[in-house]
Order: sequence, then C-alpha cells, then structure tokens
Amino acid sequence: MRIVHYLNQFSGGVGGEEMAGTKLESRDGSIGPGRLLEQVFGDGSTVVTTLVCGDNYAAENTDEVAAEVVVRTKAAKADLFVAGPCFNAGRYGIAAGAMCVAVEKELGIPAVAAMAGENPGVDLHRTDLYIVDSGQNLAEMRAVMEKVARLAGKLVRKEEIGRPDVEEYHSRGLLRSEFVERSTAERLLDMLVAKTTGKAYQSELPVEPFPPVPKPAAIADLSKMKVALATDGGLVPTGNPDKFPTAFSKVWGAYDISGMDGLEQGEWEIAHSGFDNRPVLQDPDRLVPVDALREMEKAGVIGGLHNEILSTCGNGNPLDNSRRMGREMVERVKEAGVDAVILTST
Amino acid sequence: MTELERAGIAVAQITAVTPVAQAVGANRIVKGRAIVHPTGDVDLPPAEEMELRTQLVQEALKALQTE
Repeated sequence: MRIVHYLNQFSGGVGGEEMAGTKLESRDGSIGPGRLLEQVFGDGSTVVTTLVCGDNYAAENTDEVAAEVVVRTKAAKADLFVAGPCFNAGRYGIAAGAMCVAVEKELGIPAVAAMAGENPGVDLHRTDLYIVDSGQNLAEMRAVMEKVARLAGKLVRKEEIGRPDVEEYHSRGLLRSEFVERSTAERLLDMLVAKTTGKAYQSELPVEPFPPVPKPAAIADLSKMKVALATDGGLVPTGNPDKFPTAFSKVWGAYDISGMDGLEQGEWEIAHSGFDNRPVLQDPDRLVPVDALREMEKAGVIGGLHNEILSTCGNGNPLDNSRRMGREMVERVKEAGVDAVILTST
Repeated sequence: MTELERAGIAVAQITAVTPVAQAVGANRIVKGRAIVHPTGDVDLPPAEEMELRTQLVQEALKALQTE
C-alpha cells in the first residue's frame, strides 16, 4: 500500500526545538520511523511521501497545515496515513491527531497516530481516531511501529478491530455489544468472589481515575472579593439562544444578570434532561442563587457579583469536552477579574 | 470546576450529590438541598426558603475563605 507519513521536525531530521517553527515540507520516500514502518509491513508497502512540520508551526497554524496535508496526501494517492509516533511530545501529538482527523474526514482513508496515554493529543482525539499506545519510551520505536502496522493493516483491509487492550490502541470510549457464554450474574459473582478472596479480577467497566487538583488559596477578605456564579444545570435565558442540547453539550454560555436582584420566573429555562426542571423553572434562584448573592453584595459582605452567569449542561458530558469548556470559562473569568466562583450542580 | 481550580481560582461547589464532587477532586464542597433545587426547597414557605438559600451561600463563602 501507499503510505503518507507525518513527522515533526525532530523525527523528520530537520532539527531540534530550535527548528520547531519550520513550515510544512514534503520529502519523497520514508524517513526514520517511516523506514521502520516499511520494514515491519514487509509486504512492499512504501511511504511514498513524508510530510514534516515544526511543532510550533503546526500548533499555531493547525487548520492551515491540516488543509495542506490533505492536499498533498491526496496527490500522493495514499491508501494509509500515519502520524508519529509522538510518545509524550504534546504539540506533536495534538498536531498529529489533527492531521489524521482531517485526512480521514476529507479523503476517507484510514489514519493512525501513535502516542503515549498522557499526551494531550490522546484526550483530544481518542474518540475520533485509532491512536496506538506508544508508551513513553523512544527505545521501543520498533515495537511501536509493529503495533501501528498491525492496526493499520486491519483498517486498510477493513477488518474488524477488537478491544483496545488487545489491539493496543487507546480506548475510544466506544461501547459495543458482544455475545458471551456466561450470564452477567455469573461473571459478576466470579468477580466478587475474586475480589473478596484477594484474587485478581478484571473489571468490565474500568472507572477512570481523576488526577488530584491542587487546592487554590482561600479568599482572605470577602468584602474585596469578586465572585462569579456558574452552573452545570443547564440554566439558559428563555428561548435557549445558544441552543444548548439537553445532554452532551459542547457549548456553554455567559448570561448577563446586570441590574437583576434575582432570577425571575419566565425569563429563564432549563436545557438539561437529567432532572425534573419544574422547581427551578418556578424560581431559577433555586439553581443559581443570584438573589442571595445580590443581598450580600448590597450589604458589603462580598466585594461584588460578576455580571454574568456561566452556564452549561453537564448531563452526560464527556470529560475531554467538559475540561475544554472549563478551560474556556477560566479565560472568561480571568478577563473579568473574578477572584472566586460558586458553582451549583444538579 | 477542576479547570478553574487548576488555574488557581477558588471554587465552592454546591451540590446535593457530594460523592461525585469528591470523586472528581473538588476541594470545597457544600451539600446542596436537593438535586432538583440545590439552593432552594419547594416544601418551604418563601421566607424560610430564602433563609435556607442565604445559609447555603454563606457556607459556600465560608468554604472560599477556608484553606
């Protein structure tokens, strides 16, 4: 098969960090990891073109680079697109993921990336792509390319792809029904027996652990503090102007409460299908306590209440998505000079 | 919320489902009244409901002041 391979400036032999601003370049044939890829395929598959781009340039001009990558990959008549392996290099991983997504979308050919689990590129793109788990160790390069070749081969031949742990790619968060020999009750009891007798067992639904968050410093003086209200209960102005869906929302809004002493019935609605909205529709302060905070503001207890409510629908929201929205809210809140946030959750 | 805290902004979270807040690593958690009305109560007459709301907000403010 004909392969196009995307590499950063380092893997592409251009240079180190000082060359991270290099624009996208095309090279005929394979370079470095691409040569390994050809070897492990061993069936005459060749990397016809290697595309090399500096990490900074790709991170700052992702859409432009992705569009050009698509053009050149099409011109190369590629059957397969491979990006990386990026290991833990974050900008590289983010760019590699973006290139793969663009190629798959525009050209409909399989695209495979490889990176370590902690690479931000995984969080961003795991649901869109097959990303091989490369681990962190560059010395494993050959083994990683073997994994890539195995998975890519299956994708090109349109074979069924098995479980992440078997095929060695990062979990995509997909659920698939399977027929099994033993009933749920039997499997559950086996797990329970194993767990209580101290034997090993494997959960069928691993729960993702959350990294600890350092506790921000406390507010020293409330009377000087500017506080903002935020909610994941899906509070929106009547008419839902930003069109929040009632679950899995990718959007959030900042809604003006200037001059309001509280939230009035009829001016707000709820875009959240995960709870009975009626009590809050009657009195939205039951979800976002604007009235109580206004009183405290008037009494001088707090320095001020920020004039916007930050809101989204938290219902069934995937972690990567909520984290992204959270980061965007941080920008908003920092721009407004907010010192603290009171978040209300249903 | 964890993103706000990661950026160093103190957050007090009012929620009835405190175990979830704990699991995701929230540092300042106040127990809300109910899932469907964290800062209210449909069973209380208005004046008492407002007292409840004020009290919860005060707890949140106290949490923001606590190291």
